[in-house]
Amino acid sequence: MGQYLLSVVQPDGEPPAPEVLGPIMQRVEALDQELRDEGVWVFTARLHLASSATVVRIQDGEVLTTDGPYAEGKEHIGGFTVIEVPDLDAALQCAHRMAGATTLPIEVRPVR
Amino acid sequence: MIERFYAEEYGRAVSVLVGVFGDIDLAEEAVQDAFAEAVQRWPVAGTPPSPVGWIITTARNRAIDRLRREASREDRYAQAALVHARDEPVPEGPVRDDRLRLIFTCCHPSLGTGAQVALTLRLLGGLRTAEIARAFLVPEPTMAQRLVRAKAKIRDARIPYRIPAEAELPARLRAVLAVLYLIFNEGYRASVGERLVRADLSAEAIRLGRLLAALMPDEPEVRGLLALMLLIESRRDTRTTAAGELVLLADQDRERWDRALIAEGQELVRECLRRDQPGPYQIQAAINAVHSDGAGTDWCQVLKLYDQLFVLVPTPIVALNRAVALAEVDGPGIALSAVEELELAGQHLFHAIRADLLRRLGRNEEAAQAYDAALALAENEAERVFLQHRRDGLCLRPPHPG
Repeated sequence: MGQYLLSVVQPDGEPPAPEVLGPIMQRVEALDQELRDEGVWVFTARLHLASSATVVRIQDGEVLTTDGPYAEGKEHIGGFTVIEVPDLDAALQCAHRMAGATTLPIEVRPVR
Repeated sequence: MIERFYAEEYGRAVSVLVGVFGDIDLAEEAVQDAFAEAVQRWPVAGTPPSPVGWIITTARNRAIDRLRREASREDRYAQAALVHARDEPVPEGPVRDDRLRLIFTCCHPSLGTGAQVALTLRLLGGLRTAEIARAFLVPEPTMAQRLVRAKAKIRDARIPYRIPAEAELPARLRAVLAVLYLIFNEGYRASVGERLVRADLSAEAIRLGRLLAALMPDEPEVRGLLALMLLIESRRDTRTTAAGELVLLADQDRERWDRALIAEGQELVRECLRRDQPGPYQIQAAINAVHSDGAGTDWCQVLKLYDQLFVLVPTPIVALNRAVALAEVDGPGIALSAVEELELAGQHLFHAIRADLLRRLGRNEEAAQAYDAALALAENEAERVFLQHRRDGLCLRPPHPG
């Protein structure tokens, strides 16, 4: 068994209109429950927009704080789920279902 | 003798060891150790009754030695692998062929095509990293790095070592067949200068195709791919001139085609037809079987097969190839209208076929432009020489004076 981080790759900018987002969120909630029932769910977090992020780093011994996400780009991680499954094929199956529910690409990374 | 035995049995030994220890690097090192020992021992003590069994048993012992050494350094992975190894009996002989599992691991869709190809040649073909690097015209450290990364991903992402479940099998098998066909084509399309180091790729792809056909006898597409490769390979010696220029099928010396390969390929095609579960590779094999039949190609038959292929694979590339057959059956004018509809301006083959049709229609100025477009995109040397030759042969009106 191993854990995998399934990240939702979300385009920046305004979220879709409520009539679009509503059914998506319903499917996401339902999938969340399915994963719990199947015993593979470990943790889920849904994130605020990337523009709400702050980066903290140490430069020349001083704390430097900057506004916005670390990586430039048009998409950022919108949320993630950690699952525990036997192998990559099982993780990819979950990612397939998650991509269907969110309508967004899912990045799968093994946890050390 | 051991060299040849190495090429043929390396993959089998590695696949068994991966099955036992669950670690590709360990399996490879142990199998190499065992072969090194065989080189020392067999010439003196004689070849053992079951050479493969000897290699596998010796490799397993070497692997356990290595793990013990590492386990004493409290490496928890090594300890885990050792526990795993003790649980499993070592299978010898062809009772359970682990190579099939290894093929699916090497061609897992989470690996890039370059990694799939390199792993398949390395682990199943037993090619050395330097050989694969030469065959793919990249520096050896680049290829070594590619293999290290791919093996690390298999380990870290826990890519499973098993034959996919029924539901996934068709898609996963397609990936395996695509890798074998890519390896074949890399070797087949090699230019004269490259041929010495690259032609082996075609032979290797055919060898792996035969292996896969033996391991999956009930998959018609596996047979279809094998037949396709054999039939194309049968024409290898006639597809270019001594100077390295491409020779079109119709102009090839049929007497010099390899009769044995054609017979084997055609028999496989007949077998596929009897089974009647057509797929893209089987249909392409059937097209090539028609080309190989009798004194000349029955283009009506070829066109029918392309129609069938287009139903299964409705891509512009298939439509383009169909147009070549269409030109033979209904004339270049009708074929040209079919070609003009296709959005393939980035493909040299599109321009090359268009150029040929325009040339046959006597529209030489347009043909010249199309040849130029094809030449700007073509990378293969034999094709470039051919296209240039054809372009030079066009009778162009001299430019208007003043």
